[in-house]
Amino acid sequence: MKYKLGTMAIAGLMAASPVMADLVFPSLSYRTGPYAAGGIPFADGYADYFTMLNARDGGIGGVMTSVPECETGYNTEKGVECYESLKGGGGLVYQPLSTGITYQLIPKTTADDIPMHTMGYGRTSAKNGEVFTHTFNYPANYWDGASGAINYLLAENGGDLKGKKIALVYHNSAYGKEPIRTLTELSEKHGFEFKEVPVDHPGQEQKSQWLQIRRDKPDYVIMYGWGVMNQVAVQEAANIRFPMENFIGVWWSGSENDVLAAGEAADGYKALTFHGVGKDFPVFDDIQKHVVDAGKAAGAGDQIGTVLYNRGLYAAMLAAEAAKTAQEIHGVTEINASQMRDGMEALEMTEEKMAALGLPNFGPAFKVSCQNHGGDGLVGVTQWDAKAKTWTLVSDFAATDKELIDSLVAEDSSAYAAENNIEPACQ
Amino acid sequence: MNEQLAFTIEVFLNGLMAGVLYALVALGFVLIYKASGIFNYAQGVMALFAAMTLVGIQNGQVPFSHLINAIFGTDIHKFGWSVHSFLAIILTVFVMIALAWAVQRFVFRHLVGQEPIILFMATIGLAYFLEGVADLMWGSELKALDVCVAEGACLPQGMNTWLEATTYDALGYGFFIDNLDIVASIIAALLVVGLVMFAQYTKQGRAMRAVADDHQAALSVGVSLNFIWILVWSLAGFVALVAGIMWGAKSGVQFSLSLIALKALPVLMLGGFTSIPGAIVGGLIIGVGEKLFEFLIGAPFLGGATENWFAYMLALLFLVFRPQGLFGEKIIERV
Repeated sequence: MKYKLGTMAIAGLMAASPVMADLVFPSLSYRTGPYAAGGIPFADGYADYFTMLNARDGGIGGVMTSVPECETGYNTEKGVECYESLKGGGGLVYQPLSTGITYQLIPKTTADDIPMHTMGYGRTSAKNGEVFTHTFNYPANYWDGASGAINYLLAENGGDLKGKKIALVYHNSAYGKEPIRTLTELSEKHGFEFKEVPVDHPGQEQKSQWLQIRRDKPDYVIMYGWGVMNQVAVQEAANIRFPMENFIGVWWSGSENDVLAAGEAADGYKALTFHGVGKDFPVFDDIQKHVVDAGKAAGAGDQIGTVLYNRGLYAAMLAAEAAKTAQEIHGVTEINASQMRDGMEALEMTEEKMAALGLPNFGPAFKVSCQNHGGDGLVGVTQWDAKAKTWTLVSDFAATDKELIDSLVAEDSSAYAAENNIEPACQ
Repeated sequence: MNEQLAFTIEVFLNGLMAGVLYALVALGFVLIYKASGIFNYAQGVMALFAAMTLVGIQNGQVPFSHLINAIFGTDIHKFGWSVHSFLAIILTVFVMIALAWAVQRFVFRHLVGQEPIILFMATIGLAYFLEGVADLMWGSELKALDVCVAEGACLPQGMNTWLEATTYDALGYGFFIDNLDIVASIIAALLVVGLVMFAQYTKQGRAMRAVADDHQAALSVGVSLNFIWILVWSLAGFVALVAGIMWGAKSGVQFSLSLIALKALPVLMLGGFTSIPGAIVGGLIIGVGEKLFEFLIGAPFLGGATENWFAYMLALLFLVFRPQGLFGEKIIERV
């Protein structure tokens, strides 16, 4: 009896413990709750890429990968619990997919010597790697988004926005308020009038905001929304007959979810992006063959090529490439989180590398360094075709206002360093 | 017409329309509270469940397909047909009646005589259970909702051009009113008239009122509490379906639809938990009040996004001075 109980206890422990030989990439996903429609495709893309690496390449550097998931429900407290519960499993990098969770995890991951990747979200000034040693936000951040939108509009208007009115419709939260400072500075620099239009969570009722826009008649509207706010905003913009081609959402307001509900009325709506759209890339053939057809897809396999699936896949690809870099730097295949951080800090994505991975021109080329955890901040613009139900990239990945953004990053990160007694330095 | 005055009138009219949509959600709460004294926390989730069921039936989606596929290794998602909106609505009503029966049979029948707080807690559990079931049945992805009574005659979206042109000709300013809001107002008016007539002129309606007045007295004259509560939950399910359609047509059907309940709470606090006209009037006051406050004070002086705050502040004021709400029954307990 004792022998049986002992065997069962050991078996239980083995089942509960992670397989330490795996390279573990935890996924803080949200497949339930109000934001599930956005969380599911991202989590599927993230998991499917690693499944493909395991099936096609035998993992990374010969070591298999695993993607344990924890459901956060886009809730900050649950997200922190997820981090704490998965921490013991040897996770190499955390991607919380929530600005709220990111803010809570910045001090924790730094103390635990575990890197965090917040691609296109989170604390923008984390770009300064000398202060935020364990947080990375390459290839672009919120302020790049604001500047990218203005640069695109400058190009559309022959380089002159003087006298134009630009409104920012934003989620009334820390996330939504991120671009305000940047846009205020840019309005002074380029001479356009800037107006803020906040929308309360969750954003199901926006009549007041769009009546304001109808009255003020801005030339352009930029949106920083998430979840149901996006769908309602696109519908309300159509209702007041605001020209869709003058309405630009940040990348969190630019997925199929955000425009499908409005039908034909959403035709011409634009959104920023830092990665490619559609599934016309060789990597998707491998995903189909090794993951979907093999019955190993994280979801139903019907999200492949959608904006948020691609973003999840891109995040996984960047994590895998950083892991490869870490393996090269340290000369070991079974890397730990600290070594992964070094790999992320030395990551360089070139066009040749992306083409070899089956993702030619999928994202901008960039190089990470100790001083720059955010990459070069190149931003592109996509446009929705309601008839074909597809997004098309209508601009190149273009440079943002580096001078302004770098100065804002320096200001904000210095304040954070002073508050937290951090002496900025490279690790 | 003075431009500022024109904008103010436009905001007022749109506030009325928004208020109707809030009232649609509040109606479901009132029906159940009035008949059983239960504050149904699950009302918002019922709207979500009803709307998801409607879209699922319309699109010929196989319920629980993800679960079936995971267990049996199959790859089925759709039946391969689509169902006309009218038939899909009828089938959804049957699903909501079945849900009402199940709720009564498996939850509240076992809680007869319990404290109101226990019943309230049960509805919290019900909300989470229903949300999970809806997810398992129909999936979590966002679904576009098109309700069409005939070919090309779907729920209208966009600005009412007739009203805009008419007011422009008459006043020099074309008012914006959303077509969907106009339809929602008509439907809400029909719904209220229908509910009031049902309560006044049918045997079941009178029995429902009797139960609402005094459970024990109603029981003593042979009214079946079980039947009446199933009836009330079915009616609340139907109201939830209507609210789900109207809100879902704006934003697509997705899990955040359950949050529309948050919009109903200040309406209930203001209009009273036991009055159908109170839900309508409360909705209109909240709708107009929050929109005008945002337009005249919130946006110009406070940075905007004051609507949710204002709605609850207004409701709080009413609670202080008239706890039973505008139309609620004053509770007098003799000790």
